[in-house]
Amino acid sequence: MSLLTEISEMLQRGKAAEVKNLVQNAIDEGTDPRVILEEGLLHGMGVIGEKFKNNEVYVPEVLIAARAMNAGSEILKPHLADAGVEASGTVILGTVKGDLHDIGKNLVRMMMEGKGLEVIDLGVDVPPEKFLEAALERNADIIACSALLTTTMTEMKNVIETVAGEGQRDRFRIMVGGAPVTESFCKSVGADLYAPDASSAADAAAALCREKRAG
Amino acid sequence: MRFTELAIDDSTGLIFGTAPRPVTSGRGLTVGGGQVYPELNFTLPTMEVNARTYPEIKEIYRNTVDDVLTRAAALHVEGIVVEFETLLEMTLEPAYGIELTEVLVEACERLSARYGMKAEVRLTPNDTRDYERPPRMRNSPYLENMLRLFDEGAKAGATFLSIESTGGKELHDEALVNCDIQGVVFALGVLGVRDMRFLWDHITKIANDRGVIAGGDTACGFANTAMVLAEKQYIPRVFAAVDRAASIPRSLVAYERGARGPDKDCGYEGVFLKAIAGVPISMEGKTAACAHASPVGNVSMAACDLWSNESVQAVHLLGGPAPVVSLEQLAYDVRLLNESIRTRQSLLLRDMLVGSDIPHDPQALILAPDSVIRIARAVVAAGDHLTATLAAVGTALEIIEEAVHDQRLRMDPREEAWVTMIREQLAQIPHNEDLFVEMMQGRIDSGKVLLEEYGL
Repeated sequence: MSLLTEISEMLQRGKAAEVKNLVQNAIDEGTDPRVILEEGLLHGMGVIGEKFKNNEVYVPEVLIAARAMNAGSEILKPHLADAGVEASGTVILGTVKGDLHDIGKNLVRMMMEGKGLEVIDLGVDVPPEKFLEAALERNADIIACSALLTTTMTEMKNVIETVAGEGQRDRFRIMVGGAPVTESFCKSVGADLYAPDASSAADAAAALCREKRAG
Repeated sequence: MRFTELAIDDSTGLIFGTAPRPVTSGRGLTVGGGQVYPELNFTLPTMEVNARTYPEIKEIYRNTVDDVLTRAAALHVEGIVVEFETLLEMTLEPAYGIELTEVLVEACERLSARYGMKAEVRLTPNDTRDYERPPRMRNSPYLENMLRLFDEGAKAGATFLSIESTGGKELHDEALVNCDIQGVVFALGVLGVRDMRFLWDHITKIANDRGVIAGGDTACGFANTAMVLAEKQYIPRVFAAVDRAASIPRSLVAYERGARGPDKDCGYEGVFLKAIAGVPISMEGKTAACAHASPVGNVSMAACDLWSNESVQAVHLLGGPAPVVSLEQLAYDVRLLNESIRTRQSLLLRDMLVGSDIPHDPQALILAPDSVIRIARAVVAAGDHLTATLAAVGTALEIIEEAVHDQRLRMDPREEAWVTMIREQLAQIPHNEDLFVEMMQGRIDSGKVLLEEYGL
C-alpha cells in the first residue's frame, strides 16, 4: 500500500495520530505537499464524504475523520505555504442575525473543509455587515448564510442587499441554506445558490470556487 | 429526588385521556380527566418581527385564533388549548409577547362564551438566555424580560405556563453530533437538572402568585434535535432513543418544583413524567408532521391528554388557513380517541397505536407503555438525578437490545455497533456528581460552557 493510500485510509478511520505520522513520513520522503494534500488527505475526506452522502456513515464518523485531516493538515500547512499552494477557495460562513442555531452550519463547515476550502466561520447571530467585512478582509469567494427560522431567513436578503449596497455583489457568490430555505426562496432574494444539505453545500461551494477561479 | 414511586405502576393504566392528577383550568377545562382535547399552536409565515411589521403580526394572531376557534366550535370541540410559543423578538421585547397573549386570551374568552366551549391559552416564552454565547443561565441580561413575560402573560390571562428551557444545550449540541453519551448525560443529568431547579422555582412562584397553572418543560432542544438528526440519518436512531431517555430526570424537575401539567407537547418524555408524577401531558405525533418529521407518529398518541400539532405556519392552504386545517386534523384525531373511551375500546386503540410504530424505530419502542413503566421504575429507584439519568439510558439500551434479539425491532446493521459503544462509554461515568464533574472538567471548553452559571 502506498503512503498516500495509507494516509487516505487512516483518515477515513479517524486515526489522527497515524495520519500525522504518515504525512510527516511522506514529507520526509520528498513527496510534493500538493500531492499529499490531494491524493492523501482530500482523497480520504472525499471517500468519507461520499459515504456520508450515501448514508453509509454518520456525522460522528465524519467528524473523527475531519479531526484526523486537521491533524495531518497541521503538519502539511507550512510545506504547502512554502510551495505556494493556496486553498481552493475561501468561504465566509455564518448563521444570520437573530438566529442562534448552528448544528447545521457546523456540519456545512466540516464538509466544506473536507473539500479543501478555507472556511471562515463567523458563528451565529451574524449581522449583514459582518459577513461583508469578513468577505472583503479575506478576499473570499463565497458568502454562505444559514438560518433555521422562518422569521430569520429574511435576514439573508439583508445580507445580499448589504453586499450589493457596497457595490460588491459581483465580487462574491452568495449561498443560502437551512431547514426553511428553498430554491424558490433563494431565487426570490437574489442569492446565487441554494443547498439542501451539508454535503450538497460543500459540493456546490467547491464547484463554484473552481468555476470562479477558472474565469 | 422527590418521586420515589410511580403514579402509574401498571402499563395498562398508562393511556390517553386519564392522568392520576388531572388539572382543571378556570374555565373548567379538565386535562387528564377522562377526555382528550386538542392543543393548537401556530406561528407566523415567513416575515420579519419588528416594530414596522408588528401591527400586521397582531392582525395575523387575532384573525388566526378567531378562525381556529370558530372552526373548533363548528366541529363540536368542547375544550381546546391554544399555545402561544413566542418568537425571540416577542420575549426580548416582552411588550409584544404580553399584548399578543392578551389578543389570544380575549379571543378564547369571547368565543368560549359564544360557543359554550372551554378554550385556554398556554404561554410558552422561548428561553432567551440561549441568545448569548456562552449562555449565562443565572445572570443573563435576558432573564429578567423572560420572567417578566411569564408574569405579565399570566396576568393577561394565560392559563398554563411552559417553556423549552435550554440549560446544558450549549454542551449537548456538540455531544449529540459526536454521539458522546458522556457529554449528553452531563448536559442533561447535571447541567440540565441544575438549571431546571433554578428556573422552575421562578416559574412556579409566578404561577402561584398569579393563580395560574405551571405546565411543564420540554427537552425539545435536546432530544428532539436528536430525533431530527436521526431522521436525517446524521446520527444513529439508537442514540436519539437513549438521548430521549436521558432527558427524563431533567424534565421531571419541573414537577419536583411544583409544576402541575399539562406537560408540553414536544416533550416526548412526557409519557414518562405521566407515569412518574401522574401529571396530564400534551403530546404530538403524526398530526405534527406540519412542523417536523418523527418516527413516533402513532405511539406518541397512546398516553396523551392533549393532542397537539406542535406548530404550523399561518399560511393559506387549499383547505383554508393552515392553522384551521391543522385544528381540523387534531379535532378528528381527538374524536376517535374519545369515541374509543366512550365505547370502552381505548386500550385496544392504544395498543394498535403502539404496535404500529414500535417495530420500526428504537425511539418508538421506548415510548411503548411497557417500556415506559420499566424505564420510569428505574428512574424513581435511582435516588438522585445523575443516577436516574444513567439508569434511564441503561434501561432503554436493555429494552432495545432485547427487542433486537427477539426480532421485535428492526435495526439497521449500522446501528448495532453503536449500542456497544454507548454502553461502553456509559459504564465509565461515575454515579457521583462531584466525581463526574471532575471527570468532565478537562473536556469542557470554558469559552462555551460556564459551569459557575449552574452553581458548579
